[in-house]
Amino acid sequence: MISDITLGQFFPGFSPIHKLDPRTKIILATLFIVAIFVANNAVGFALMAMFTLVLIALSRISFKVILKSIKPIVFILLFTAIINVFITKGDGAPLLSFWIIEIYEEGIARAIMMALRVIILIVGTSVLLTYTTSPISLTDGLESLLSPLKKIKVPVHTFAMMMSIALRFIPTLIEETEKIMNAQKSRGADFTSGSLVQRAKALIPLLVPLFVSSFKRAEELATAMECRCYRGDKNRTKLVKLEYKARDFVFMALLVLLLVSVICLSTLPYNYPSFGFIYDLMFYKV
Amino acid sequence: MNDCIIKTENLGFTYADDEELATAEIPALAGVSINIGRGEYVAILGHNGSGKSTLAKLLNMILTPNVGKIYIDGRDITAEDFTEDDMFDIRRKIGMVFQNPDNQLVATVVEEDVAFGPENLGLPREEIRRRVNSSLSLVGMTEYARHAPHKLSGGQKQRVAIAGIIAMKPQVIIFDESTAMLDPQGRREVVDIMERLNREENITILNITHYMEEAARADRVIVINDGRIALDGTPREVFSNVEKLREMGLEAPQGNELILELKNAGIKIDGDSLTESECIETLYKFLS
Repeated sequence: MISDITLGQFFPGFSPIHKLDPRTKIILATLFIVAIFVANNAVGFALMAMFTLVLIALSRISFKVILKSIKPIVFILLFTAIINVFITKGDGAPLLSFWIIEIYEEGIARAIMMALRVIILIVGTSVLLTYTTSPISLTDGLESLLSPLKKIKVPVHTFAMMMSIALRFIPTLIEETEKIMNAQKSRGADFTSGSLVQRAKALIPLLVPLFVSSFKRAEELATAMECRCYRGDKNRTKLVKLEYKARDFVFMALLVLLLVSVICLSTLPYNYPSFGFIYDLMFYKV
Repeated sequence: MNDCIIKTENLGFTYADDEELATAEIPALAGVSINIGRGEYVAILGHNGSGKSTLAKLLNMILTPNVGKIYIDGRDITAEDFTEDDMFDIRRKIGMVFQNPDNQLVATVVEEDVAFGPENLGLPREEIRRRVNSSLSLVGMTEYARHAPHKLSGGQKQRVAIAGIIAMKPQVIIFDESTAMLDPQGRREVVDIMERLNREENITILNITHYMEEAARADRVIVINDGRIALDGTPREVFSNVEKLREMGLEAPQGNELILELKNAGIKIDGDSLTESECIETLYKFLS
């Protein structure tokens, strides 16, 4: 049951997005995040949304999965939207006003934009990174991107190795947790009922053996790694080398273009009232 | 003997953090002198705590001996001027497969794990690829190259671990109770691979074990008891000492035991009984 957990919910595949170099994807995600925060009018958001839809289509990840990824944040989205509607004060007359509540046009606009921003941010980055990149290649990509930091003695390789070993041992430790849990349950331990404090207490006999065995594992693994001549990244080569391909440059160019256009759009003046309803709708600034 | 890949002289080791205390503690190994020739297939037997794993760790420089000398491929690894690079060289020559397969695998993909050793050696990419492919096919795991190790069975994981060692092209592979955590099927797979590596690739094999049936398949058996070498010879010679083995808390293969009991009971029976089939043959001959 627990062993079904997969970290970051990676969906293996061979789509164009899957095939992108992990470094490209990290860079793309960064640009994407910048762009979504720069965007401040409907046209900008529409561009971002379109781009996200293209990404989803290219990644061949089902829409159901995408909707599922938004589900856990629906509550937060609604909450922030409502707060935004109520507390934002506008320049014009309130649209609605009773008792102490006053709702302005700006408040509604802001609430919509904030919700859109968070949704696009989450969907875009998960399609680019977590859904389509295996944790290991993500680690490799990070190591490669951060390698200039080695010059100032940041142990980049060590961190990347730590991360990949942690990822490697997640399923092993989950398996072990299950085993210990079953052993404790068979002797009458109860993990599922009682108050929160009682349940937390029930976890202690689970965590202690888990920690002890983890330390033992760590020691054995270290010995095994040394026996296989591991000595950090000193004189180390790699089986899989990261290489930028044509498609990496295409995607990067596309995202730079997107970012530039969003920036341009966001600097367009909005003077209310100006060129009529459509223009207002398109370039209303938040 | 000049063609000794491993040679130890009067080796002694005591587990203690404090140097002064070391003399007071019971040594894990004492006065161990063995010669292991190139291409030999040796089983090292002993019950728990006999010092057999300590010996393996000394040979691979995980531990350093308190007394005595170790020569690997003619080089004294206990010498004062032994550097880290030299140690690297020794570990490249002597591969080691441990007991728990889970705690040896580093990567999340089988072929990347096999590549770990060659990567550390700084080999060019094409060479790593070649070695990964040939090692995986040697252990019969080629079709699992892209799998995640945690989804494999114990025996399969251990085969991947072995492939990871083979990929470094060592001259010796030490199996430190590598079959202890496996089911009978997995154990058979691993022992078959040991034999194949020895016969076909001419790799010296040291199988540290407490399974008699495994030891019987080696060319030579060394029995360690209380940190000392108790018996050393062919499996036939060693396992004929049924009484002595029993004193050390070990049991000879059931066939040997049976024939000995029959002899003790006054029945005049003679013949080999190392393996099950030999024992059957001997009994068959006696009865007919």
